[in-house]
This record gives sequence, structure tokens and C-alpha cells, in this order.
Amino acid sequence: MQKGLKGGGILFLLPAIVFVVLLFVYPFLYGLYLSFTSPEGAPTLSNYARFFTDWWEARTIWVTLKIALPATLINVILAIPFAYHMRHGMRGEKLITFFLIIPLTLGTVLVSEGMLSYMGPNGWLNQLLQAIAIVRGPVRFTHNYWGVLISLVIQGFPFAFLMILGYVSGINPDLEKASQMLGASRAQTFVRVLFPLMVPGIAICFCLNFVMAFSVFPSAVLLGEPSGPTRVIAYAAYQWALEKFDFNIASAISMVMAAIELVVISGVLVWRNRIYRGASMVGKG
Amino acid sequence: MQQKGFTLGRLFFFLGMIVYVGNVLGILFTVLLNSASKGWYSGVLPKYLTGEWYGYVASEHDIPHLLFITFLVAIAVVAISIVIAFPAAYALSRRDFKGKGALLSVFLLPMIVPPMTYGIPLAVVLYKFHLAARVTGVILANLVPIVPFMILVMMPFIEQVGVNLESAAQMLGARRLTVFRKVLIPLTLPGILTAGILSVVKTISMFELTYLVAGGKSQTIVVALYADAYAAGARPPQAVDALAVIYFLTAMACLVVALKFVSPTQMVFKIK
Repeated sequence: MQKGLKGGGILFLLPAIVFVVLLFVYPFLYGLYLSFTSPEGAPTLSNYARFFTDWWEARTIWVTLKIALPATLINVILAIPFAYHMRHGMRGEKLITFFLIIPLTLGTVLVSEGMLSYMGPNGWLNQLLQAIAIVRGPVRFTHNYWGVLISLVIQGFPFAFLMILGYVSGINPDLEKASQMLGASRAQTFVRVLFPLMVPGIAICFCLNFVMAFSVFPSAVLLGEPSGPTRVIAYAAYQWALEKFDFNIASAISMVMAAIELVVISGVLVWRNRIYRGASMVGKG
Repeated sequence: MQQKGFTLGRLFFFLGMIVYVGNVLGILFTVLLNSASKGWYSGVLPKYLTGEWYGYVASEHDIPHLLFITFLVAIAVVAISIVIAFPAAYALSRRDFKGKGALLSVFLLPMIVPPMTYGIPLAVVLYKFHLAARVTGVILANLVPIVPFMILVMMPFIEQVGVNLESAAQMLGARRLTVFRKVLIPLTLPGILTAGILSVVKTISMFELTYLVAGGKSQTIVVALYADAYAAGARPPQAVDALAVIYFLTAMACLVVALKFVSPTQMVFKIK
């Protein structure tokens, strides 16, 4: 690899640097600036004060955490055994990944819209549950907390699964064989060898899944009760920005969102560093 | 160590997958059937089938215009981000310099941070410069997650092309630009194609950023769909589902084309 950026190397990077500064770094810093100023431009803390002292606004943090944390935990914990099972590949792998990729690529709007009918009181799911007599009356899946949670699992599970699968299949299979040759049972091999090696992948997967769930927006509005129990923080920020046109408070809420995401990610990475030692990859993962 | 035959693990694996896939298919087929149904208040299947909701949607929305904007945005985003990302990916995979790791993390951030987190400050800036509520603003906003994504997808493709080929071309008297045009770009075309197709799919289904900056005339299908679903009382649910089907077919067509060239796992962020 060539050392240094001589000979026009910097020119190659320049468009990307200009892009990231103008469209990502600058807006973020501008948002940070707005969040600490009044609409007239005077420095103030009142934007944050207003958010944290108004119960209706401040509780969105708790509301969002209450949706995002369980959803992320469900996705990651479900994804681990499924990815483990498929780590050496299997028949029908392509078909399975195809079905998993559909809800991921179609996005939350379509899935939420579809769930409204499918999981509604007369939808197929309720008809099926009643036909096999699991429940008596129709279950309410939509316009409440559960609808949002289910939609986050439908979206987040394939994401977590494919990510952890990519990671697990990169772990050297010889390690597993060695462990079994030394007399470890399947369970022991998983707990003592594979899982510790999976920790970094699980940690990153958890982080990405969490930030995705924490900024949930369309499904919380369409499937939940945006006027109360599922008024998530992203929706609060949106309302301040584009319904009330108060960009200062909206920016402050965005910064609070970013800060909470940062705190959770740092926490997960600290956990990972305490558990994980050593390299699991052979060659390119 | 592929296991043969029946095991408990396999049973749970397939049961789980069947439950998941069954629900996803259930959601999609409900949308499809409902958009063409009449009087479906109960029962497994609708009583009558009708195409009238599609006519209803066509009378409320300018569908050709929605499709035009959707593809215009997707193609513009892909074209611009190839121009930005390719040289950057080239420099990042060929050169070693101080602060490369830091630069790479800055490039990666917009991919990892969810759109709703940076979208509002971004929308504010675009409004400030009077770029929002126009197609230009929608394109600019959509570039933010796509350029880093492209850099990441292209880098391994460029790394695979041996440096020797470039040196050889230069020794034979080719100038830098010619080397790019005649050697590097043809050899990395699969990478450019992969990155481009995946980006089209991602842009078509990108809701949050487009929603934050789009105006009435510059919205894409997915934003129109959200707006219709949000104002649920304003129109019959079947008409909303009809628009959902139009969006679904558009996105699925692109996805099917994409899967001809790439594997599904490439759609997800890869852990290094």
C-alpha cells in the first residue's frame, strides 16, 4: 500500500470529505448550536429545560426506551440460536434469506400499513388464532404498545439474524472441532468457545439494532398510539420541527436522542471489552 | 458438521422460520387482497374483487409523477454518490496515511446513526438554504447514508484489483486518467454495479429523510403512502392498500433485479 497522500491522493478524498462535512458534520454542529440558543440567537439552556421539565415531552425518553430495549433484546436473543443453527450453511438458505430480506427492504411504512389489516380484529392472524382456539375473542395487536413492538421485531429480527450469521460463519470451524475433540459437549462448546467469540458481533449487532429501534418513527405513529402511550422521542422531535416549526427545541430533542444512543452504545462496548479477548477470525471474516 | 435427519434444533429452527415467514407473507397478501376487495368485513377471503380502489388512488395521486420522482431521486442519488464514493474508496483502499482510521469512522457514521437522529438538523439546514421541499433537497438528504454505504461496498472490490496492473499500465505510458478509465473502472465494474443496485433499493425505501425534507411535489411513493396511512380516516383503507401495492411492486421489482447480482446478506451492514 502506498504511503502518504502525495500525488493527488487528497484530490480523490476531497469530494467525499466535502460531502460529509457539508451534509453531516455541519448540520450536526448547527443543530448543536441551535439547541443552545434561543430563536433570536442568544445563548440559552431553555430548550433543554423545556424538554426535561415538561412531563409530556420528557416521558418520551422512557416511552421509547420501553419499546426499543425489549425489541432489541428479543431480536438479538432470537437471532443467536437461529444464526448458530445456520452457521455452516444449509439447504434452502437462499430462500430463507430472501424472505428475511423482504421486510427489511420494503421498510417500516409498508409493514406497518400491512399489519393494520393483517393483525386487526378481523385480520387473518386473529381469525387463525380463534380458529385453532388459542384465544376466544379477537386480540388487539394494533393501535397499542404491542403493535409497535411486533413491527420492530419483524423489521429487526432479519437484520440481527443476517448480521450475526455473517459474523458466526466467519469463526474458524476448526475451533469448534478442537473443542469437541477435547471432549466438550455441544452445549459446552457453545458456551465456552463459540459464544465468547461471538460477543463482539453480538455487541455491534445490539448497538445497531438499538439505535434503529430507538429512532422508531412510522410504526410508532401508524401502529401505536402517537397521542400517548407510544409517543416516541423521534415523533416529538418531528412535531417540534415540522408541525410547530420550533427548530431550537427540535434540535435539542435530536441532541438528546443522539446522547442516549451514545450512552447505550458505550455501555454495550464496555460490556464487550470485559468479556471478549482474542481474535476469532481467520483471514477475512 | 452438517447434521443429517431430525433433531430438536432443526425442528425449532424451521418452526421459528415458518412462523416468521408466515406472518410476513400474511401481511403482504392481506395488503394485496384488501386493495382489490369489496365488503371484506369478515371471513378468510373477500366477498367481491374489484379494481376500483386503484382508480380511486389514481384520481387522488398523480401516480406517474410519484413514480417519476421516486426513480429520479434514486438514479440521481446513485449517480452522484458513485462520483463521490469511487475516488474516495480508491484512495482509502490504496493509500495509507495518518488519520485514515479516523476518516473512515467519520465516513461510516452516517450509515450507523439512524436517519431520524441526524435528519432533523439536516432538514433544518436544508430549509435554511431553501433547498428543502424540492427534489434537490430530497436528493441531497438521501446522499447522506448512501455515499458511505457505497464507499464501504466498493472498497473490497478495488482492493481485489492488483496494484501491479495499474503500475504496468503506467509504465506503458498511460496517464492516471487513462489508467482509471481503461483499467480500474472496467475491473471494478461488478463492485460499482453491486453498490449502485443496492443503493437504488435503499433509496426507494428510504422513508425518514425523504419525509423530513420533501414537499407535496417532491415526495416519493413511500412518503405518499405514509401520508395516506396517517390520515386513515380520510380515505377507505382499501385505497391506502392499493397505493401500498404500487409501492410494493416498485420496490420488489428493484429488489428482484438486485438479487440477480448480489447476495441478500450484502444488504445488511457487515461487521468487520
